[in-house]
Order: sequence, then C-alpha cells, then structure tokens
Amino acid sequence: MLRYLLRRLLGAIPTLLVIATIAFLLLHAAPGGPFDADKRMLPEIQRAIEARYHLNEPLWRQYLRYLSDLAHGDLGPSFQYRSTSVNEIIAQGLPVDATVGLSALALALLLGGSIGVNAALHRNRRGDVVPMALAVLGISLPVFVIAPLLILIFAVDLHWLPAGDYVAGSLSHLVLPVMALAFPYTAYIARMMRASTLEVLSSPFVRTAYAKGLPPRLILWRHALRPTLTPLVSFLGPAVVGLVTGSIVIESVFSLPGIGRYFITAALNRDYTLVMGITVLYGALIILFNLLAELCYAWIDPRVRLR
Amino acid sequence: MSTVKAVVAASVVPRAAVASDAFGFWGTAARRLRAQRRAFVALTTLGIIVLACLLLPWLSPYDYFTPHLSMLSRPPMLSGGHLLGTDPLGRDLLIRVMWGCRISLGIGLAASLVSVLIGVSWGAGAGYAGGLTDAVMMRIVDILYSVPFVPFVIVLTVLFGRELWLIFVAIGAVSWLDIARIVRGQTLSLKQREFVEAARVAGVRGWGMIRRHIVPNLIGIVVVYATLTIPTVILFEAFLSFLGLGVHSPLASLGSMVADGASEMQSHPHLLIVPAAFLSVIVYCFNYLGDGLRDALDPHGAERGRS
Repeated sequence: MLRYLLRRLLGAIPTLLVIATIAFLLLHAAPGGPFDADKRMLPEIQRAIEARYHLNEPLWRQYLRYLSDLAHGDLGPSFQYRSTSVNEIIAQGLPVDATVGLSALALALLLGGSIGVNAALHRNRRGDVVPMALAVLGISLPVFVIAPLLILIFAVDLHWLPAGDYVAGSLSHLVLPVMALAFPYTAYIARMMRASTLEVLSSPFVRTAYAKGLPPRLILWRHALRPTLTPLVSFLGPAVVGLVTGSIVIESVFSLPGIGRYFITAALNRDYTLVMGITVLYGALIILFNLLAELCYAWIDPRVRLR
Repeated sequence: MSTVKAVVAASVVPRAAVASDAFGFWGTAARRLRAQRRAFVALTTLGIIVLACLLLPWLSPYDYFTPHLSMLSRPPMLSGGHLLGTDPLGRDLLIRVMWGCRISLGIGLAASLVSVLIGVSWGAGAGYAGGLTDAVMMRIVDILYSVPFVPFVIVLTVLFGRELWLIFVAIGAVSWLDIARIVRGQTLSLKQREFVEAARVAGVRGWGMIRRHIVPNLIGIVVVYATLTIPTVILFEAFLSFLGLGVHSPLASLGSMVADGASEMQSHPHLLIVPAAFLSVIVYCFNYLGDGLRDALDPHGAERGRS
C-alpha cells in the first residue's frame, strides 16, 4: 500500500513536468511580454526590470531556472502584483476556493446520490421520470446561468441572502455560490447513480440475496449500495476539473476572493509566473483527486488490488 | 422497498426488444429513435431552431449591429415589431439571439467534428496497432487527462487573439480524449472478429483495414458520443464567451449575451432570460437526443452510464 502510494506520487512528477513545460512554452511563444504595456518606461528601466526577473536570459536558462524553483516549491514572484509572490496569492485564495468547492461537491454527492438511487427504485414511474428530466435540465444549465438566476431570486427579489461583497468567515455569503456550483454536479451524479443502481440491482448476486429471502431494504443497504458507487468514484477526477472551471465563473459572479479570478487577468497581463503557477496547481489537484479515486476503488471493491 | 423486487423481476425477463435485422442498422435505429418520444421532440425542436436561426436574420428588417437610440432596452412585446424586446443599444434581441444560436451551433458542430476526427483516428489506430504503440498512445491520453485544459484554452485564446477558428480548434483538440478511449476499446474487440481476419487474408492492411472495416463498424457509438460532445462544446464556448474571451462585439454568442444580461438583470431581466433560455433549450435537446440515440444505437451503453 505504502509502496503503491510512493510509486504513484513519483509517477505524477513526469505529468506535472509535461504540464509545466507546455505552459512555459505556450506563454513564451505568445506575442507580447509582461512589461510591454508600460510605454512611459525608460528603456534602461525596462531593461533593469527584465534583468530583475531574468527575462533577458536565453529561453532555456529561464526554463531551467523555473523548473528548479518549482522543485523547491517556489512558484516565483508575480509580475503583475510586484510586491507579492505567486505562493502568497495562492495561499490567500485557495482556502476560499477549497471551502466553496468541497462544500459543493459534498452537497452534490449527498443530494445527487439519493435522487439517483431513489429514481432507480421507481424505474419508469413518476419518481423516476420527473427527477431525471430535471437532471437533464440540470446538466444543460451552465453555472454562469444558474448563478445570476440564483442572485435574481434569492438576493434581489427575496433579500434572503447577500449576493456579493464577501466578508471573510461569513457563511451566508457562501450559500449561493455553493448552491450554484453544486447544481450541475447534483444532476450528473443523479444520472450516474440511477444507471449504476439499475445495473447492480439486475446483477446475479442481488437476485441470489433476494432468493434467499433477505428483506429488500437490507439488500439495498448492505449489498447493493457499495458497488453502485464505482462510477461515482471515477467521476471524482473529472469533477475536480469542472469545479475548477466553475470556480472561475463563480468567483467573478459573486466576487469571491479566490484564485480563479486572478487567472484571467494574469493571462491578459502576461503575468507568466502567476499563470504557470495556477496551471501547475490545477494539474496537481487533478492528479491528487485521481489518486484518491483509485484508493476509493480499492475500498469499494476488495477485488481491486493496488499494485 | 418492494421496488427492489420489481426491478429484479424485470431484469430476469429476457429483453423483448431485440433488434431485427430486416431493417438494417439505420432502419432499426430510426425506428427505435422514433419510438422514444422525448428524443424525437428534441430532434424536432433542434430542427426548428436551426431553420429559424438560418432564415430569420435573412427575413427580418433588423440586423444585429445597428443601434437604434429610440428603442433602448424594450421588454418583449407582441406588437411594435420587437418580439423579444431590444438590448441596451436598441438592437432587436430576437435577431441577436438567432445570430448567437448560429455561432453556438456552428462552433458546436465544427468542434465536435474536429474532436471526432482526432478521437476516432487516434483510438482506432491505437487499438488496431496494439502492443507497444497502443500502450504509448494510450499513456499519452492518460497524461492529457491530467492536464488542466480550461486554463490552457483560456491562455490560448487570450494570447493568440480571439479568432473564431482558434476557439473551435482549441475546444475540439481538448475534447477528443473520451472518444479515443471508447473507440479503442471497441476496436480491440472488433479486431478479433472473423470478418477482419477474412479481410486480412484477402490482403487488406493497415489504414485500409481501419478505414474500410473497423471505422464503419464504430459508426453507431461514434454518432452517440459525437451527439453528446456537441452540448459540452456549446457550453464550453458559452463559458469562454461569458468570460469575455469569445467572439468580438458587435457579434454576440449566447454566452456573451448571458454575461451582458447578467449585469443588467435587475432592471431588464429579459436580457438575461432570453439568451439563457435559448442556450439551455439547445443543450437540453442535444442531451436528450444523445441519450435517445444511445438507447437506439448502443443498447448496452445505456446501462453503462456516462461519466
């Protein structure tokens, strides 16, 4: 088990290297540099600033320097916010993102899971058709449509919850963002859970359990529920990608102080280090959640051996 | 909980609806699709939207770019010529939404085509070649799965200008991974079939075999996943446009219209609701159509679920 974990973590290094390299090459291949916009700058000063950030060095030197900093956990200084480092920006924004993202994921798992299992038990009846039609609607309504609609209803019309102006530590400011982010996931998870529950309930071991006279409630809770979770686990990796995408929208709609909001301005301002830092962070998160998913597999299905 | 019993009982009965070969592949598929009322309604709705967005801009006296200062932000009304009202510059909202639908549908179809082309050739190539080639090609797909594509596409569109073709090439290039995996799996099993062996004996080799014998047998599953790729692509384009990275004004896509509408939703909610409704209806229809096609063309896929 420990060897498996170690091997997988080592295996993540080349993937991260690929991500960092693509990001680096892409940014440096693009026209324009981080300090082109300041036209009033004297050429000497511009040269001095570029020397300060090592932008005057040949590309391979910059690349090696970036990689060695990265290996030491240092994502470099931000070009745009000149007194702060990328590490500081991420350390400030990540807790907000993590709170909203993980709450949304937990909400979606609970709600979507129960809706899906319930729909499978009421196959082709009203308890199935209506929630599933709503679920297709759920995956068709993107976060950036849901979020303004939620604001319109709960903040503008009903005045129940605040819409923006985030105050650190305030829970009521997080309710609407979490709801908006969880909505599409609830729909996805409900659809998946319905399909996998139907599949498990039609498998021979459930029939056997039924034949030996076990009460249906026990069949569901003790035997059937665990294997239905398998597709849910494989959804964990892609879900994180979606949460990242969603968080970029959510942060701009609800003006939350997370990382995603920085990303677009950073790309627009050619803030190389910040863009690369956030990209590498997202890549690491995806790898981490894929690893978590595999550990969960082994827990759900004892036949799976981690090697 | 007696519903567990019902589901188990239903699954014990052998499936009655076994496809008859008398109608051929497409005949059977069309018949099954027509039997699914909801998928058929979705197809019809899509047809109406396509016709409308092709014809209305051509028939209407208004265009999408000329401002009319006497008609600012009119709400929807039946009389007065502006059925869905006007935007803050006095432009007819119906015509602008129709142009938005053109762009969304166009990008959706083109990018899905790109992703199907890449995915099918990659997956069929890997699956047919087998051995080391297969292992390397699928390892590349595995690594690409961990790459956070959303940041990369954002960087691409920010750095290399907001060209329309670049947007759909970028989206198409990132959404082929699922199709490649599915196609590879199918190719592996097709490769073992007798007709492939017969063709090999007859001297068919390499790409000739893939093109003439493998790919035609994949069409069902490819059509299904292409249909399900279109809504994701449309949502992704809308997401980029929402962030202001999509098409240039005065042209608007549904995503950028939702973004504009969200900023005015307190005073003129129709500016948000109209484009959001069209976007959702289009995506909803494609999702339903894809589900229906999957049940019609790939009966086992329905139980496999989608992740």
